[in-house]
Amino acid sequence: MADGPGRLLIVDDNKVNRLLLSRNAELLGHDASVAENGRIAMQMLERESFDLVLLDIEMPEMDGFQVLEALKEQPRLRDIPVIVTSSVEGLDNIVRCIELGAEDYLPKPVNRTLLRARVSSGLEKKRLRDEQKRLLERFATTEVAQDLEESGFAIGGKRTHASVLFCDIRDFTSLSEHLDPEATIDLLNSFYSSMFEAVTRNNGIVSLMLGDGLMALFGVPQPIENTAQSAVSAAQDMHNMIDELNAERAQGGAAGLRIGVGIATGAVVAGYAGTDNRATYTCIGSTVNLAARLEAETKPTGSATLVDQKTLDLLDGEFTYRTYSGIELKGFSEALNIHAVAGKVHS
Amino acid sequence: MTDMPIDLDVYNELKDATGDDFAAELVSTFLEEAPGMIESLKEAVGVSDADGYRRAAHSIKSNANTFGATTLAELAKAVELGDLPASDDLSDAVRLEAALDEAASALQALIDG
Repeated sequence: MADGPGRLLIVDDNKVNRLLLSRNAELLGHDASVAENGRIAMQMLERESFDLVLLDIEMPEMDGFQVLEALKEQPRLRDIPVIVTSSVEGLDNIVRCIELGAEDYLPKPVNRTLLRARVSSGLEKKRLRDEQKRLLERFATTEVAQDLEESGFAIGGKRTHASVLFCDIRDFTSLSEHLDPEATIDLLNSFYSSMFEAVTRNNGIVSLMLGDGLMALFGVPQPIENTAQSAVSAAQDMHNMIDELNAERAQGGAAGLRIGVGIATGAVVAGYAGTDNRATYTCIGSTVNLAARLEAETKPTGSATLVDQKTLDLLDGEFTYRTYSGIELKGFSEALNIHAVAGKVHS
Repeated sequence: MTDMPIDLDVYNELKDATGDDFAAELVSTFLEEAPGMIESLKEAVGVSDADGYRRAAHSIKSNANTFGATTLAELAKAVELGDLPASDDLSDAVRLEAALDEAASALQALIDG
């Protein structure tokens, strides 16, 4: 695997060097593209995908040091291995390249055996990093993967503001008693794929899947403009999607699903909880508890979506709602006003 | 040190590694590009452009090393590391041009031979 072909970008202002390095790369079985200076190289890197960069230092317009700095700034490009190939004078310049993130330094004229070894180890590193990224995206949401890539991983949370949404299938236990295990899993899979789509479409992330329900966050790890509006829109989408799913199920003579959604907005502590070996991106705080209680309260009140006062305040009157005053919720000492949100206000 | 402008060990290794035709093509490219590098060097002196001066010398050095043009490479390295001369002082540039001409004739002879 380590010797498989890679897409190399050769950056050098000198034509003889470009031709020679391309020739060497091709003789080693790789595809080579060339750029005449750092500026052109950055444009190509942003447009196309490369596995490795062979970078000269002394160049007009944008030199190798500047390219290394620019690559570091961009999460998508940060992991591309760069091998500096230069005849630049002075150890301090070589040290500077390594400090700026270059994988390696090869003096010119480049020794072919060394080039082969360094390119192949650089490509192997790239493959491992790509594989890691793919795994990360499969097991975490895109936003969390992005957050991990940008800020790195550290156990611990930070205080921030978010809307938390809980969604649950009503009476799932009795529903599943009439289904065989395969049909139950099928049903859960259709449920989850619809719910994930509703959350993602509205810029939220699903942080937990809980048997027949889920918890979604809006406003973390990346801030969004109006977390409450996004969460309530997601709830609307969820109900619409469940209606569609039920219509399909009705054709096959199957019973329909009912879901309840609870949304609360406020201060949360969000971050990675767990151990260094196994952790999950999550959110804690009384806002989370409140959202869970509101979801539970949808059943006795017979509502589809219940929200707290802060969420309602942020909706700017865009949705119609019905208020239940002075409701006592478990774990909350004061009675609260909670609101059943129905459809959008038609203007 | 030898009086030969080209170190044949270096040149032959280049030929072996990349192929005769490619090496000849690479020499031709260098012969086409080199006068422009001397020109850039002279221009940089005239307008007191220290970066441009260093870069032009660096480019000549880098290519000279590729072909085993040892004398030219050493001279170019001295220019690269030296100070930018006064804007009417082309003596280094002229010396480098002479060394380049000598290396160029030797390289031309090698690919013709």
